Amino acid sequence: MTTMSSAEHTRRDFLYIATGAVGAVGAAAVTWPLISQMNPDASTVAAGAPIEVDLAPVAEGQVIKVFWRGKPIFINHRSKKEIDDARNVNVGSLPDPEPDQQRVKSGKDEWLVLIGICTHLGCIPIAHQGSYNGYFCPCHGSVYDTSGRIRSGPAPTNLPLPPYEFVSDTKIRIG
Amino acid sequence: MSGHSTYQPQSAFMKWMERRLPIASLVHSSFVVYPTPRNLNYWWTFGAILSVMLVAQLVTGIVLVMHYTPHETMAFNSVEHLMRDVNYGWLIRYLHSNGAAMFFLAAYVHMFRGMYYGSYKEPREVLWILGVIIYVLMMATGFMGYVLPWGQMSFWAATVITNLFSAIPLVGEAVVTWLWGGYSVSNPTLQRFFSLHYLLPFAIVGVVVLHVWALHVVGQNNPTGVEPKSDKDMVPFTPHATVKDSFMMAVFLILYAWFVFYLPNYLGHADNYIQANPAVTPAHIVPEWYYLPFYAILRAIPDKLMGVVALFASILILAFLPWLDTSKVKSARYRPLYRQFFWIFVAVCVGLGWLGAKPAEGGYVLAARVLTFYYFAHFLIVLPLLGFFEKTKPLPNSISESVLGERSKA
Repeated sequence: MTTMSSAEHTRRDFLYIATGAVGAVGAAAVTWPLISQMNPDASTVAAGAPIEVDLAPVAEGQVIKVFWRGKPIFINHRSKKEIDDARNVNVGSLPDPEPDQQRVKSGKDEWLVLIGICTHLGCIPIAHQGSYNGYFCPCHGSVYDTSGRIRSGPAPTNLPLPPYEFVSDTKIRIG
Repeated sequence: MSGHSTYQPQSAFMKWMERRLPIASLVHSSFVVYPTPRNLNYWWTFGAILSVMLVAQLVTGIVLVMHYTPHETMAFNSVEHLMRDVNYGWLIRYLHSNGAAMFFLAAYVHMFRGMYYGSYKEPREVLWILGVIIYVLMMATGFMGYVLPWGQMSFWAATVITNLFSAIPLVGEAVVTWLWGGYSVSNPTLQRFFSLHYLLPFAIVGVVVLHVWALHVVGQNNPTGVEPKSDKDMVPFTPHATVKDSFMMAVFLILYAWFVFYLPNYLGHADNYIQANPAVTPAHIVPEWYYLPFYAILRAIPDKLMGVVALFASILILAFLPWLDTSKVKSARYRPLYRQFFWIFVAVCVGLGWLGAKPAEGGYVLAARVLTFYYFAHFLIVLPLLGFFEKTKPLPNSISESVLGERSKA
């Protein structure tokens, strides 16, 4: 009869480690679907497909709101004054420096297309309000200019731009 | 400090039961003969009041679920249906919505009482931390419950609070999309909040059991903060604590009923009777009153990430209170300086709550910054230093001496 010291590897050690390893893989395999199910489902993703918007009825000075992926998109037909206001600033002095030219498609300076969600905590800013006559968020007082850039208040960044392109002179596709 | 196991089963059935599941003797030793300090005042009745409010919220909530539909197109109408068509539906909903406010009111009294009498100090640190965990669970539960009627305030509260997580560097946006189950607050968000709003109260029940267990291990604190030394310092739970708790409970329930029957919407917002509209944010969104101090702290910080950090820090700092307060003396009765700082702290919390309801502009922001600074200074500067500089008053030798004076020596 052989004696076994506890320092030696036994079949029980092997079973212990093998069971633990399988259990860890199993726990991870069960956890992943439980976490993943909370992400946007297939129908939500499908509903996020690109949309086309006809710009012809939008008068100068008007802001229309359309929904893409459940987010309000502001389409602003800017007046000459609004464009000038947005460009006659020292870009370097802005909290989130970005020239107005980079926020519109070239040659389409009058069309400003924004995701209308305040970059602070997600409220919807109100158009043509605030000290820069751009957008004003009623929740925590962030003020955006006529280019949708943050000028004062707690929001950290400019209003984001959705991916979009002009498919004709008066039509854009968002997404 | 467990009670004396003096329970003697009388009937044959209870004798039979006692040998198999001694639940009667557990109740007897925990709530009948359980020794409580003889000098407890009415501020000690809010634990029992909180237990009653928790049960009231569970009962009314379970009934509400029988009439509520957790869907973005039907939730708002199902609540209106409940209010107008269901027998006593208005009553049950007002009991639940005002019950949440009363629950928080009782919790705040309970917490401030713990702070005044130093109930978080050795050996009650774990008891206190369990209480902080219950408080955090209450806040999560209350927030998700507020979203369920799917009114304008519901929707925008959900939007603003979930967006707090977008402040996390790098993964913030992905986390928020995951929380929403979409690209904005929408039906999947409502349904998961409903599921969790039903779950979390039972998690609270579980932590409350641990809280009461820890309480029965270390025993109650008392207005002198002096630990009990002999049986003379104690009285049995029944009838002394039972009648005191019951009396105060009745007084508290009258206040609760006054809100339910005379001011059912006083603590709410008219905008929540407008169905959720993702295109329009109400001009003045404010949270329910019991979150306002933390909302003021969030808005006081001009940086998004730091504002969110300050918000969470202002709650989590409570868990460190047992180690931030360096004084050996528990009760504010014998701490003349701490007693003043305590009331300043209460005033600062109330002030932050008032500012949280005001628009974030001009002097309000400045005042919120000053009070936010003081809020943290109370924990990080005042309490650690007071323990070294304060000259405390002499403590009584025992609870019975403080109550009976010289007679206790007879």
